[in-house]
Amino acid sequence: MKAELQPVLDALQSAFGAHISEFREQAKAVIAVEHIVEAARTLRDAHGFNMLAGLSAVDYWPERKPRFHAVYEFKNISKNLRLEVRVPLDGDEPKLPTLTEIFPNANWHERELWDMFGFEVVGHPDPRRILMPADWVGHPLRRDYPLGYEEVQFSFNFKEIDQRKPRPQD
Amino acid sequence: MSISQLEITHDELKHLVSERAQTGETLLLNMGPQHPSTHGVLRLLLELDGEIVVNCIPDIGFLHTGIEKNMEAKSYEKAEVMTDRLDYLNTMGNNLAYCLAVEKLVDLDVPERAQAIRVIFAELQRIASHLVWLGTHALDLAAMSMFFYCLNQRERILDIMEMCAGQRMMTTYFRPGGLWRDVPAEFEPAVRAFIDSFPAEIELYEGLLDKNPIFLDRTKGIGIYNGEEGIAWGITGPSLRGSGVAYDLRKEEPYSGYEQYDFEVCTEAEGDVYARYRVRMREFRESLKIVRQALDKLPGGPVRSNNRKFVPPPRAELGESMEAVIHHFKLWTEGFPAPKNSIYMPVESPRGELGVLLEGDGGPKPYRCHWRTPSFVNLQILPKISQGCYVADLVAIIGSIDIVLGDTDR
Repeated sequence: MKAELQPVLDALQSAFGAHISEFREQAKAVIAVEHIVEAARTLRDAHGFNMLAGLSAVDYWPERKPRFHAVYEFKNISKNLRLEVRVPLDGDEPKLPTLTEIFPNANWHERELWDMFGFEVVGHPDPRRILMPADWVGHPLRRDYPLGYEEVQFSFNFKEIDQRKPRPQD
Repeated sequence: MSISQLEITHDELKHLVSERAQTGETLLLNMGPQHPSTHGVLRLLLELDGEIVVNCIPDIGFLHTGIEKNMEAKSYEKAEVMTDRLDYLNTMGNNLAYCLAVEKLVDLDVPERAQAIRVIFAELQRIASHLVWLGTHALDLAAMSMFFYCLNQRERILDIMEMCAGQRMMTTYFRPGGLWRDVPAEFEPAVRAFIDSFPAEIELYEGLLDKNPIFLDRTKGIGIYNGEEGIAWGITGPSLRGSGVAYDLRKEEPYSGYEQYDFEVCTEAEGDVYARYRVRMREFRESLKIVRQALDKLPGGPVRSNNRKFVPPPRAELGESMEAVIHHFKLWTEGFPAPKNSIYMPVESPRGELGVLLEGDGGPKPYRCHWRTPSFVNLQILPKISQGCYVADLVAIIGSIDIVLGDTDR
């Protein structure tokens, strides 16, 4: 981990109670969901993290508290620093505040979080699915969403398998 | 046509178009997903006032393959095969990002020779990808012969890949811990022949386009964003360097030994379609420089790590060593475990920052593998920069962002 990152981590720790860890020289800060908007604003305005390089999530099902981590990758281009911020989210229908006011490119990332993980992004300007069709049921990247497969149909059992094929629900 | 009459849209899109669309004053036009100038299956819903774009709503996901979900069900070695299918113009680059991520997660070494060969292929792949971009971009702007010239040269690179990996495009040539196999003896002469003859080709392309009044009219002053906007929108790669920001991960966060090579980060200040074209044209020459340096000092030695807990033993050893048989069996039935933690590995793909968020859970399968793909992020600025331009210019702007829909939709 770069020495220049230490003051940023200290500031996050004192202001937002961030829990800091390090793995393979990459720093991670775990911040509670109620602080994430302010933390992102502080990172951008006070510490020069001017790019939201990435945003995704991890599902720890069947854990409940927290079930999810939203993972933000911030980048400070002028000082060449990277910081990963993780936001733990409880329960099956988590809510996450939007960052679109601070980083406009959070828009599609947050739509993907809704689409793939079912996070309700509070205050999002365009809360639609992005990759899956608009009438899709379920959130595919959740761990309890089955991977799915197709049974091979032969001429002797074509109808039998056809009958039990899963079909999209109305 | 008013918004309610359009079958292709639904009420959810109302907040994205102007009020004039409700009354039918502006026209809603569907562009794609089968439109040749959208470089794949990108669908754009355009709100038009005459020929002027009032609003542009991209609709992606037509090429969604569920690769991230599928990878969770495969072991680390087997999951790599799917990385080729993400950005099908940057297969070696995807392999590289994935292998570096796995190597970082499990702390695996890579021999120097393998690193140098990886760099050579990553740069050849960058040239091949830029060639497809140049051919299709010029084709969109009605310079048809460019397409044939570019694809002809790209074929030479694909031949080199086929020679080494056995596949033209879906290579899976890099493996965690090194390469699949060493390159054959014909590799070096073939690459040298290519890098010796290619500069003349670049001059040919520039001669056809740089002073072509139609090309200049269609690209200069179109689709402008400045460096600050680009950074705020998360844009990376040549699309950001065309706005004057010298940001290249090969320099900023070197991987695979890029710090040993002397090359320039190409930037242009204007931030329009032409500037992005210039950046990519200059990157051809920088990539050639890197390939030449890597070839000149290509070290000898093995191309795979000797760490048998992660890399299978050579086939010849299986007949002699019981240990080798056990390792072979373990690796090909179960795979290797990775620690319960996560890493983020960014590399510079031809389109920008290609990041892999890889999380292990102590078992042999990736618990989560997220791909931060440059096409997905770069495309987001399209509605903003296309407002007020002509429909014909929109085609030039889409081309200049250089998206690959396999990369966007994953």
